Amino acid sequence: MNPVIDLSRDLPLARPELLLVAFALIGAVLGAWFKDRIFAALSTLGVVAILSAGLLAVALNPGAAVQIFQGAMIVDGVAAFAKALIAIAAAATLALGADYFTTTKEQRFEFPILVALATLGMFVMVSAQDLISLYVGVELQSLAAYVLAAWRRDDARSSESGLKYFVLSAISSGLLLFGSSFVYGFTGSIHFDAIAAAVGEGAGGVGLIFGLVLMLCALGFKMSAAPFHMWTPDVYEGAPTPITAFFAAAPKVAAVALMARLLYGPFADVTAQWQQVVAALAAISMVWGSVAALIQTNLKRLMAYSSIGNMGFALMGLAAGTEQGPSSALIYLSLYLPSTIGMFALILAMRRDGESAETVADLAGMARKRPWMATLFTMLLFSVAGIPPFAGFIGKLAVFTATVDGHLYWLAILGGVAAVVAAAYYLRLVASIWFAPPAAQLQSPSGTIMVTALASAALSFPVLVLLLGALQSAAENAVRMSF
Amino acid sequence: MSEFVAGWPILSIVTFLPAAGALLILLSRASARGENVGYDNGVKLLTLLITIATFVASLFAFAAFDFRNPDYQLQESIPWAFGASYAMGVDTLAMSLVMLTTFLTPICILASWVIEKQVSSYMVLFLILESLMIGVFCAQDIILFYIFFEAGLIPMFILIGVWGGERRVYAAFKFFLYTLLGSLLMLVAIIYMIAVAGTSNIPALTAFAQGGGFSPDVQIWLWLAFFASFAVKMPMWPVHTWLPDAHVEAPTAASVVLAAILLKMGGYGFLRFSLPMFPDASHYFTPFVFLLSVIAIVWASLVAFRQVDMKKLIAYSSVAHMGFVTMGIFSGNEQGIQGAIFQMLSHGIISGALFLCVGVVYDRMHTREIAFYGGLVNRMPVYAAVFMLFTMGNVGLPGTSGFPGEILTMVGAFQVNAWIAAAAALGVIFSAAYALTLYRKVALGNIENPKLDKIADLDAREWVQFVPLVIATLIMGLAPTYVLDFTANSAQTIISQFAGAAQ
Repeated sequence: MNPVIDLSRDLPLARPELLLVAFALIGAVLGAWFKDRIFAALSTLGVVAILSAGLLAVALNPGAAVQIFQGAMIVDGVAAFAKALIAIAAAATLALGADYFTTTKEQRFEFPILVALATLGMFVMVSAQDLISLYVGVELQSLAAYVLAAWRRDDARSSESGLKYFVLSAISSGLLLFGSSFVYGFTGSIHFDAIAAAVGEGAGGVGLIFGLVLMLCALGFKMSAAPFHMWTPDVYEGAPTPITAFFAAAPKVAAVALMARLLYGPFADVTAQWQQVVAALAAISMVWGSVAALIQTNLKRLMAYSSIGNMGFALMGLAAGTEQGPSSALIYLSLYLPSTIGMFALILAMRRDGESAETVADLAGMARKRPWMATLFTMLLFSVAGIPPFAGFIGKLAVFTATVDGHLYWLAILGGVAAVVAAAYYLRLVASIWFAPPAAQLQSPSGTIMVTALASAALSFPVLVLLLGALQSAAENAVRMSF
Repeated sequence: MSEFVAGWPILSIVTFLPAAGALLILLSRASARGENVGYDNGVKLLTLLITIATFVASLFAFAAFDFRNPDYQLQESIPWAFGASYAMGVDTLAMSLVMLTTFLTPICILASWVIEKQVSSYMVLFLILESLMIGVFCAQDIILFYIFFEAGLIPMFILIGVWGGERRVYAAFKFFLYTLLGSLLMLVAIIYMIAVAGTSNIPALTAFAQGGGFSPDVQIWLWLAFFASFAVKMPMWPVHTWLPDAHVEAPTAASVVLAAILLKMGGYGFLRFSLPMFPDASHYFTPFVFLLSVIAIVWASLVAFRQVDMKKLIAYSSVAHMGFVTMGIFSGNEQGIQGAIFQMLSHGIISGALFLCVGVVYDRMHTREIAFYGGLVNRMPVYAAVFMLFTMGNVGLPGTSGFPGEILTMVGAFQVNAWIAAAAALGVIFSAAYALTLYRKVALGNIENPKLDKIADLDAREWVQFVPLVIATLIMGLAPTYVLDFTANSAQTIISQFAGAAQ
């Protein structure tokens, strides 16, 4: 910890965050002046700003962990890796959203600004090095997300979704603060290094673990891990689809990276204590995510359960407790993102007569009516289902490997069974696409959507599969530098 | 010719040539103005050419391959991630199965000429399936093996579900989920093995296991996990129930591929992994496998006898024949293992041909009900002759390829347990009963059903389809030593690996 803030050293390292702040503030002023006419320009600018922030985060990665702002934040490998993923996911969903809202004539200039603010919150989350910045990051991300969920103010479902998200999330924020206060009380510090030192000396005992468990519950809520997932299906269904896509992608990365930092940083010495908690979260999420999805007919609800199950797999990696744990979770997320974003792009493309058509029945016969969309959809579905040779399988392979390495055999076997159950509902979609007699023709998708879907499918197979070696060493280097 | 392919990644070429063809067809679809009959016929012809080219490429590989050398040959290796690599290589066992695959696929494409709906998608999926099947046998890295092994489910799922019979969706789901559950347990075991051995290379893993790397207790668990996958794939009683459904509902060519090649992956898995890597557990479980095999042979034969659907009957006969394979494999001696390999190859040809025989009459009459037919010999003499040959092959008549495999596996089993061999011999009698009854009901007698009055004999395409199969059946039946000499090396290696650890 530095006694004095050395701004000349710290500010340059915080350039990614500052860039996002600058975009959000300038965008707000411009929006107040030009109103919604500026939507298209601001969205494009937002995509550029977010991508540049991600790029800067990678470029500024110092090669060894550096703490800034008196140790409130850290710039290191995991932060850079996660920020890159977050930026790509946020930019892709922002581009999709801009395209979608142009179609539906809901061009309100706040959209890119809110996405940028949420992204900023996630950047702070993954760089958090003390309890305060952790909380600030989580809250900034969440506040922007509540507004986004209630984007359609006149629509009952969207408003309900926003309100539900807000109320339930507020409870989890309370848990987070309550848990943090326990941790602070029993270790005497908010700073992760000091907490780690205290934990290493055996401080705290049950009280400390109590605090940690409360924090884990709150983070589980934010990443929609079962049993803290209740908000997810309703919010996913109620929010406009591009916003759902945004929720399903970037915040998951942030939450998992933050949880990894918390568990493998300050609490690395009490692995045995939290391992069971994380393993239980993983097990319940995997099982419930797969079983409950079986009866869903709305694609967005189904994707909600799918994301619950997938978070279970990511947590399974974290539960390993070995150095492979966090890196496998990072690999899992980087392979999961393209499939999810591509899938949502295709759900966005499912429109008929100007209305969105987002039930499983609407997929019927797509293979005959829109063979290209059907091919991409099928690839992405098999990828999320974790069937080789697609990226989703490789991600599962990574977390299974970490779990077996951590001797959590029961969890690995349970994961295997859950994956079969999950495969059943993904197959239901494939069956609808290929086997069912064609439903009415869907509108032809826009260019942005098709490019996104095509790029996601190409990333799922073969690009990321071939580049896996590079991805793996990047993730492992990041983890080695950070923990 | 071996000089010609020297330095070429010939196995990768054989493996990915069909997939490259599939990509070509996909791209052509983008440029074609809608699908029409002309385009569809072009696609069919192109697919046929691609599969023939694949067969030719595999002949080059075959020529470059030295069957007297017991090692893996034609090796290729590129590092990948997780310590795994893209490693290809074949021994005589794998090579013979690769040849079976490339030999049968063009015939399947010919049999698919009758497909009219979504032709380009069908051909793309079929080509992808061929790539994956070849890849399974060529993979020399266990992760790569798993990827090929599992990915094959995707094209098969869609093939059954789109182009299959009435209950196709049910059959497709059952096929996929059944096999997936078995495979995922195997995946967990594979990951454990890699974690312990520190390598995913199959020969290295085998060496590690042969060196006592896995203790007998651990072997039991690993063996069971692999067994879960291979027994379903094989399929062994009692986890065979997906097979009759999948077979019956699949389009003809997919049934052929299922019976002829996909089922062999189970036997291949036992020979490649279970016996060499878990020899102690394999010894331990031998009585268990024998019991299941004999139940499969006797019980499936009896069930086959009661079937009213031709495809279902052949499907159950496959279960029975695969019982001979597992019995031979786990007898662990030369006759048993050689017989099992032979039986796998022979069953590939005979069961494939029988499904094609059903396909011929199904294409004409659109029913597979045995009672519908009768007296076909009057209208279709050539067909009746072909059908008879393969029926005899199925029964295991000397002179057809069905005979050496059955007799060798029984000889092998006899040396281990005479009762098992005796019970299996009972199965041979039953198989004669159901196969000959089927033939009598369908082909012999007078034509009773007026709808059959106009049924036509084999046309030129069907001739081309059957001639190679007839030749292969007779060659393998009359001169089995060609095949047995070829596979002797692999069999010897597996026997010594299996026996070595028993001490």
